[in-house]
Amino acid sequence: MKVYRPSSLGEALDVRAAHPEAVPIAGGTDLMVELNFGRRRPEAFVDISRLPELGVIRREGDTVSLGAGVPYARIIRELPDQVALVQAARTVGSPQIRTRGTVGGNLGTGSPAGDALPVLAAYDARIVLASARGTRRISWRDFLVGPKRTALAPDELIVAAEWDVPQGPGSFSKVGTRNAMVIAIAGLSLQVDEAARGVRVALGSVGPTILRAPDAEAFGAGALDESGAWANPEAGVPEAALARFGELVAAAAKPIDDVRGTAAYRRHACGVLARRALTWALADRRLPAS
Amino acid sequence: MPVADRAVEARPGLGVGVSAPRVDGTPKALGAFAYGSDLWVEGMLFGGTLRSPHPSARIVSIDVSGAIVLPGVRRVMTAADLPAKRRYGLDVADQPVLAEDVVRYVGEPVAIVAADTPETAREAVAAIRVEYEPLPAVTDMEAALRPDAPRVSELGNVLRHIRIVHGDADAEADVWVEGYYEIGMQDQAPLGPEAGLAIPAADGGVDLHVSTQWLHSDLWQIAPCLGLPEDRVRLHLAGVGGAFGAREDLHMQIHACLLALATGRPVKFSYGREESFHGHVHRHPARMWFRTGARRDGTLVNTQARILLDGGAYTSSSPAVILNASTFAAGPYEMPNARIEGTAVYTNNPPAGAMRGFGAVQACFAHEAQMDRLAAALGMDPLELRRRNLLHTGSVLPTGQVIHGSAPAREVLERCVALPGPADPAPGERDPLLLPGGAGNVGRGEHVRRGVGYALGYKNIAYSEGFDDSCEAVVRLECDPDGVVASVHTAAVEVGQGLHTVLAQIVRTELGVDRVVQLQADTAVGSAGSTSASRQTVMAGGAVELACSRVREHLFARAAARAGAGAGFQGPFRLSDGHVFSGDTPLGRVEDLLDTPLEATEVYRHRPTNRLDGRGQGEPHLMFAFGAMRAVVDVDEDLGLVRVVQLAGVQDVGRALNPRGVASQIEGGAAQGLGLALLEEIQLRDGHIANASFTDYLLPTILDMPPVVSDVVEEPEPGSPYGAKGVGEGSTIVATAAVAAALRAATGRELNRVPVTPDDLAGLAGPRTSAGPAPVPDVPGPRPVYEYR
Repeated sequence: MKVYRPSSLGEALDVRAAHPEAVPIAGGTDLMVELNFGRRRPEAFVDISRLPELGVIRREGDTVSLGAGVPYARIIRELPDQVALVQAARTVGSPQIRTRGTVGGNLGTGSPAGDALPVLAAYDARIVLASARGTRRISWRDFLVGPKRTALAPDELIVAAEWDVPQGPGSFSKVGTRNAMVIAIAGLSLQVDEAARGVRVALGSVGPTILRAPDAEAFGAGALDESGAWANPEAGVPEAALARFGELVAAAAKPIDDVRGTAAYRRHACGVLARRALTWALADRRLPAS
Repeated sequence: MPVADRAVEARPGLGVGVSAPRVDGTPKALGAFAYGSDLWVEGMLFGGTLRSPHPSARIVSIDVSGAIVLPGVRRVMTAADLPAKRRYGLDVADQPVLAEDVVRYVGEPVAIVAADTPETAREAVAAIRVEYEPLPAVTDMEAALRPDAPRVSELGNVLRHIRIVHGDADAEADVWVEGYYEIGMQDQAPLGPEAGLAIPAADGGVDLHVSTQWLHSDLWQIAPCLGLPEDRVRLHLAGVGGAFGAREDLHMQIHACLLALATGRPVKFSYGREESFHGHVHRHPARMWFRTGARRDGTLVNTQARILLDGGAYTSSSPAVILNASTFAAGPYEMPNARIEGTAVYTNNPPAGAMRGFGAVQACFAHEAQMDRLAAALGMDPLELRRRNLLHTGSVLPTGQVIHGSAPAREVLERCVALPGPADPAPGERDPLLLPGGAGNVGRGEHVRRGVGYALGYKNIAYSEGFDDSCEAVVRLECDPDGVVASVHTAAVEVGQGLHTVLAQIVRTELGVDRVVQLQADTAVGSAGSTSASRQTVMAGGAVELACSRVREHLFARAAARAGAGAGFQGPFRLSDGHVFSGDTPLGRVEDLLDTPLEATEVYRHRPTNRLDGRGQGEPHLMFAFGAMRAVVDVDEDLGLVRVVQLAGVQDVGRALNPRGVASQIEGGAAQGLGLALLEEIQLRDGHIANASFTDYLLPTILDMPPVVSDVVEEPEPGSPYGAKGVGEGSTIVATAAVAAALRAATGRELNRVPVTPDDLAGLAGPRTSAGPAPVPDVPGPRPVYEYR
């Protein structure tokens, strides 16, 4: 097996163009497992763990650009105000995995169980893809096209995820049977967007890919409207509306039974998490801005 | 040599009853300890195993030509190449070394290869073509009992049936409670997967370095399959990374020896995790139907129990496991009348065998749930109901066996009740990581209910049913340039439980010597029996104590002879401060008496037990150890997630030879019991293991395992070395039942199956149901006892 070790993004893109069969590897926390189980035997790897361009976190105005090679441990340390993303990063594996694993890996694998992905979906993130041909930005939705399928072209690399920082509280929650180091049975990220008076909800591990819950989002935003909570955070939202919100999120899930959990439980958990996440967001809106 | 440290020197000054530091602690903590997977010798080949993908199939043809032609492949073997005996097994030699005409479970070895590299071995395995004709499979333990079920074994599908009829088995009671219980298949999940290295020897024999639990049992099974006399097969213990019963059965031993002898080269096997899941036996899944009757005042009257265990495709230790499950079905309570029917069946599931708790875990889950249910029906406090019926010395068990030894069940329970509860931080100050759901950030304490549950249980120590249980030890006392040193040589296996530390403590106590060296366990000495059944502290400890006293006698005799007949001995001989004394008169320095070494070999045997008769009456067990546990749990009612807040365990240990070692065993055993209650299950789909990795076979992490507080009851067991009882299994037996009881208390749900799932706790799945007890097979009396040879 061949391993290419480019030292800059430019070199790496040349390798990609010349050897599209070479699989990019950064932290290796997914790929090495596949390799060890004999599920994949790529002819070649491109080691992208040393590309300085992928290790950058950049903030320009209200936009965050997160390099695809930034490990979860750094996200926790360096992006404390991106609350939902940090919460997701904390649920990833063990400390060792968080030191190696990257958001770029979550995107590249494209598994619906990738812990960072529901947050990127709730952030309405754009994925930055580069090749020797140039750079393009596509929405997370157009990038994650199916279960473990992405829109990455054979000569491209994932360079970064970027998003406009939403003004408003957000969270990420993950249900697994075990209290740590567990693959999600259901994951949910909720983000309030005060400027657009919107509520965004994204679900992981309950469908072939990351799902948004548009009906629930519309209902949630409407409920805040109705109670006057957008203007007056103290107003809150009635219990019945919270319950309905949970039901609509649960209805958006497309879960299956597998070795980790049942479809019925996954759907149920989505409803519970949604209701809790909205309740927390409403409570956090009442806190004086720090 | 490519093996673990040949000898471990103990630290001085720490005898029996002291928390001596572990002799293997530092090397293990530093990563310097060599485990079986670290075995290496120049020029060795790597073994690989082709395993059956079918739960039941006929082998139509095997074509190895694609494998043999691969560069670097040195040998491929199938059943056609076996040189001698073709089957092996602990109790019954029914397991093929390599499958012949049929395969009976997914994972059964069909062919083996030896190659220059592990990668080549894997490629060679993949290149073997086997044509199978799938046959109907029995993968349900109740279906196995149907008359029209396909026969898994030539012997039929009933592996063993135990019938215990005690007192008036039809005795009426004022109050009856009924329950149906299920237990899933737990894996021992030792962190060190199976590994060993076979090295062909100049005498035509073979030296096998292997991680195992009983070197001689391995030897007795391996030698006939190689066609070699036992003295040409020499086993040496490689570092064992946990065992828990999984290493009682053979795995790669015969395969490595066959390939080493066939190639004339050393051959190493080292299973990965996925292969390990397929390569060893598991805990028996169980279905249990119980009726328990009591008088209005809470006095137990009658237990009617029907226990069914899935033994999988081969016998392994199922006969003894079903004996235990059956004999302990009534729990640690006086039960004047009982009818207990226990059946282990063959199925086309992976074989089940020994695992920590060995049948008592399954029984405890059922009898303790029944006690709580009975307490509710009687309107009584569950602890009070237990107190009213506890076993004690002199009690008669359902087998008719009278407990002659210590049985401090009451003291065990009361000390457990008295252990301090969890000190919780005030609400809102609690680390969210310690809420149900842990690192997942799923709640801020919403709908969290607390529950407290107790369980009490007991189990036999050492082997039962008339088995000739023994251990040999050689102790040598000599003087080297650094002074007096004792060496201990046994075949007893240190699996990580602390045996070497305890044996060194015994030697220090008996011989007054600071330096104790343990020689590597091997088959150059006599059998030590298995490191199982909580027996090795008693058995190896007993043998070492005996050998030490013999050495001491030699030493005294030498001292007396040298002092001369006229010395006028002042009283009994004793050892003190490195001198031999007679009364208060010093006869000489030990150092000076050891111009030539003194050595003694002794065999320790425990008092005989016997078999059950046709009504399940007899004296099958040697001694009993009792355990109690209290579990405190928090349950997120909406999500069905759990945080166990505290486990409080008390064990009856006879005497704690190393108190810290005992506490560690209680803690580790509790973790394994908690795992079965909440997480650990091999999920079988038509005989296939659906989660053969640690990604999906979930062991408790540090966020799942709470602090354990523990205490011991020390009431010496008469006739046992130092009065000690074994300590390895007690907490595992009660932890599962205690956690389940606490979950029931928190949720009010029935929870009659472990592992309990989030669906169960959130109310999405109801209790498991059954159409009624499985039919009792028409098999008279228990089958013959365990025959290891």
